[in-house]
Amino acid sequence: MIPAAFDYYRPKDMGDVVALLQEHGDDARVMAGGHSLIPMMKLRMAEIAHLIDLQDVAGLGGISVESGQITLGAMVTQHEIIDSDALRAAAPILHEAALQIADPQVRYMGTVGGNVANGDPGNDMPGLMQCLDATFTLVGPDGKREVAARGFYHAAYMTDRDDSEVLTSVSFAAPKGGYAYEKQKRKIGDYATAAAAVQIEKSGGVCASASIAMTNLSDTPIWSETAGAALVGTKVDDAAIAAAIAAMQADIEPVEDNRGPAAFKRHAAATVLTRAIRRAWDRA
Amino acid sequence: MNDMTPEREERVAGLKGLGCSRKRVEDARFTQGKGNYVDDLKMPGMLHGDFVRSPYAHARVKSINTEAAMALDGVVAVLTAADLAPLGLHWMPTLAGDKQMVLADGKVLFQGQEVAYVIARDRYIAADAVELVEVEYEELPVLTDPFEALKSDVVLREDLDPAAPGAHGPRKHPNHIFTWEAGDREATEQVLAEADVVAEEMVYYHRTHPCPLETCGCVASMDKVNGKLTLWGTFQAPHAIRTVVSLISGIEEHNIRVISPDIGGGFGNKVGAYAGYVCSVVASIVTGQPVKWVEDRMENLMTTAFARDYWMKGKIAATKEGKITGLWCHTTADHGGFDACADPTKFPAGFMNICTGSYDIPTAYLAVDGVYTNKAPGGVAYRCSFRVTEAAYFIERMIEVLAIELNMDAAELRRINFIRKDQFPYQSALGWEYDSGDYHTAWDKALNAVGYDDLRKEQAERIEAFKRGETRKLLGIGLTHFTEIVGAGPVKNCDILGLGMFDSCEIRIHPTGSAIARLGTISQGQGHATTFAQILASEIGIPADSITVEEGDTDTAPYGLGTYGSRSTPVAGAATAMAGRKIRAKAQMIAAYLLEVHDDDVEFDVDRFVIKGAPERFKTMKEIAFAAYNQAIPGIEPGLEAVSYYDPPNMTYPFGAYICVMEIDVDTGEHQIRQFYALDDCGTRINPMIIEGQVHGGLTEALAIAMGQEIAYDEMGNCKTGTLMDFFLPTAWETPHYTTDHTVTPSPHHPIGAKGVGESPNVGGVPAFSNAVHDAFRAFGLRQSHMPHDHWRIWKIADDLGLHG
Repeated sequence: MIPAAFDYYRPKDMGDVVALLQEHGDDARVMAGGHSLIPMMKLRMAEIAHLIDLQDVAGLGGISVESGQITLGAMVTQHEIIDSDALRAAAPILHEAALQIADPQVRYMGTVGGNVANGDPGNDMPGLMQCLDATFTLVGPDGKREVAARGFYHAAYMTDRDDSEVLTSVSFAAPKGGYAYEKQKRKIGDYATAAAAVQIEKSGGVCASASIAMTNLSDTPIWSETAGAALVGTKVDDAAIAAAIAAMQADIEPVEDNRGPAAFKRHAAATVLTRAIRRAWDRA
Repeated sequence: MNDMTPEREERVAGLKGLGCSRKRVEDARFTQGKGNYVDDLKMPGMLHGDFVRSPYAHARVKSINTEAAMALDGVVAVLTAADLAPLGLHWMPTLAGDKQMVLADGKVLFQGQEVAYVIARDRYIAADAVELVEVEYEELPVLTDPFEALKSDVVLREDLDPAAPGAHGPRKHPNHIFTWEAGDREATEQVLAEADVVAEEMVYYHRTHPCPLETCGCVASMDKVNGKLTLWGTFQAPHAIRTVVSLISGIEEHNIRVISPDIGGGFGNKVGAYAGYVCSVVASIVTGQPVKWVEDRMENLMTTAFARDYWMKGKIAATKEGKITGLWCHTTADHGGFDACADPTKFPAGFMNICTGSYDIPTAYLAVDGVYTNKAPGGVAYRCSFRVTEAAYFIERMIEVLAIELNMDAAELRRINFIRKDQFPYQSALGWEYDSGDYHTAWDKALNAVGYDDLRKEQAERIEAFKRGETRKLLGIGLTHFTEIVGAGPVKNCDILGLGMFDSCEIRIHPTGSAIARLGTISQGQGHATTFAQILASEIGIPADSITVEEGDTDTAPYGLGTYGSRSTPVAGAATAMAGRKIRAKAQMIAAYLLEVHDDDVEFDVDRFVIKGAPERFKTMKEIAFAAYNQAIPGIEPGLEAVSYYDPPNMTYPFGAYICVMEIDVDTGEHQIRQFYALDDCGTRINPMIIEGQVHGGLTEALAIAMGQEIAYDEMGNCKTGTLMDFFLPTAWETPHYTTDHTVTPSPHHPIGAKGVGESPNVGGVPAFSNAVHDAFRAFGLRQSHMPHDHWRIWKIADDLGLHG
């Protein structure tokens, strides 16, 4: 648990960060809360010759809730998400989800930017952001660009972000209707055995729209368009939920690990999604 | 004068002696971060050691190239087996009579085995240098299944003559270590053949790990000027370590000082001797500098002593009415690559022969086969007396299986088979003399406390509701009545490497009436400095707050075998009481002299000696202490000191009744502990608050073991659970509320009647949790399912029983 030697940088503006990334390429990584990267470095599973700490970089913090649009700076911590009344009012699913991430000590350090940018299929925020149809802002040598969360993840730890880019913020429209984030885990601090993020809008007693994303059941988060579609136009009764579950099952590809065999994970996925849909529908 | 005398009760309370929930004196420093652990030790010029470890579970070591590592700035030396061989230190003896490689000698037998030891100026350079040591391996076939190992042509221990007997008798196969038997095989087979009912089951107690929060480590410092070696370490048995270091290094024992500073939990993990200690001592001798080695979490989980890993095949015979007539057990014990179990030498399977439990079973037979596999060595008593957890789990599962076979209530089955109060001292069929017990009283108290009959009614209603599709949760009622055997132990049958398992206490009373007591044990969180002072306070009438208790420095403390197996209170606690009584005997003579009466005319009264029949004439212990140092008393030496080495006449047999009420979600496999009731009878209770804390801690470790904690390997022998992400260590979140209770059945042979308690909750807790899981599914046909009962395994039970539709 002793990391290899590395150079440590603490730049103050984004221009310096991008310059360092350009200079060192693959050998450099930015660090937000460090709660994924530092353990990997201690295990020597990641050897980072140049570590760029983002905590002094201006303009990466802050939660903004304005005219139905929510923006989270990359350095916003899980604790800040839990603590923000404005955010809780505008997007309560974030509050519910963040409370299920790790433990309080980790949540004081862990950031939304690090959580979504790392590309770890175990992280909760990527699936949640896909559910909310969020947009990620990336800054690189060629300036700013925006990428949809639903198109950001290619494989485990492989994302649309270029080595010389930094994810600076996450934004999405304030969700409407009912919500739920349901997560099964072995213990506090664990990644999900299966987790489901659900947003449902109800209109005239039937489902007007539904967005469903699953976590840690494939090598990327899975936004299951067909699972959501299966609920639309229904009264979200048992048959509709069964159809949504079947659609979700076609989209996920769980693999066996210490949390259990794939068949168990599929069962757990069905259970958490059923519970999430019911809770979201009740709240819609 | 008389009316100034405090009431007797006040004087008793002022002592904070036996029965007082005295606050722990250790906590002032622990809660302020002022503890002093091995890794806190920093010395001028101190070097740091780190291991190159094998990535393979079984491989030949073809070559080791240390050139690149040696070339790194700051690296002082890299030791391999070739460097240790001339000193005869490339192998070391184990506590179980086997030997173990210190550094890989031609091959490796488990993943993580020590291959080379790097010594560097700082910890970071040492870790970098480890990466630079080039080792060429040739992979060999891996054996992770002990049953397979006993049939395989693959020989793990090529260093052993397959035809020669091992330390515990003949070996049947090159991968076989020993067979150990107890009881009467022929008679038991006869009983089984003639019984109305025989229940048969394989009960597996999986491999796990004690995982103390502080990992193992040491600092070795050889002073080349005076020839003295000082070794600080996380040792549960510092005196035994001193003797072992002397025997294997050739350094005379008076030139070795072993110090156990504050220890952050041991649970058996810190009993044995590890390669890190030997290499650090050698490194300090070679360099003349202090050398520190502290393992990290992965090294701790993957390489230092594991626990359990017992495959227990059982047969239990009974009459139609449920009276048990016989018990048969054959255990296949997976010991890993070397036999490094920490058991008394004559007991290679520990006290597994306590497996008749709390029951009057007239005929029994036990055989244990130890087996080598490609896993880490160990087999320590993880918060239990030697293999007592395995024995308790076995019998408490077999009782449940028999209840299923007989279609009987498991609580009633236990009740009709308990050893009765009037049968104590009770001679068990497997060779133990249970000192005392009152199981029926404890059992009835427990069943009443939880409202057992109502719980069964609720359970029956729940099953019906489940069948009607109204709920997906089942209710399990986990019962356990355990009997422990602790306090090893009588020198006539208990020794470790020839060292008798007595323990000791030395007391000095200071002139002003305060005292210091030193013991051969060492606290790792048990609160010895608090409780031993209480024993002494009641014995000698000096307030516990005026008594310092010191342990762990072999230069100052009397010799003892250390702290594990709940032996400190039964053995060292007894020595403390006995040494106190020697102090009191001398104090009596001094008091009589001061009061100008005959010795027999004074008697002890709480904190003083009074003249019989004239209690207004007395001398307090404070006055007597001063007199011991300032009066020339004819026929009495000055000073007031005593030492006692206590060889217990028997083990002690704490027992308890535990009931766990658990809700189980058949879809997710998640559980929720609705109620946990723990009644412990540990004899005389020294400090009820500390007992309660011990019970909470032990139950939480039991929860961990039963519900998720394991050391698991894949078929290549890779350890799959080497970090706390996968190795379950419960936090406050996962820990349920516990209700504690007690009865008091004092040990008849212990000076104060105490029996030891630290490990009872782990011994009784694991079967209580596990039985609750089994009980939840009993109505659907479950007989046996192996631990740990983590989510997917519980889901699998439900799935196999067709509960997922």
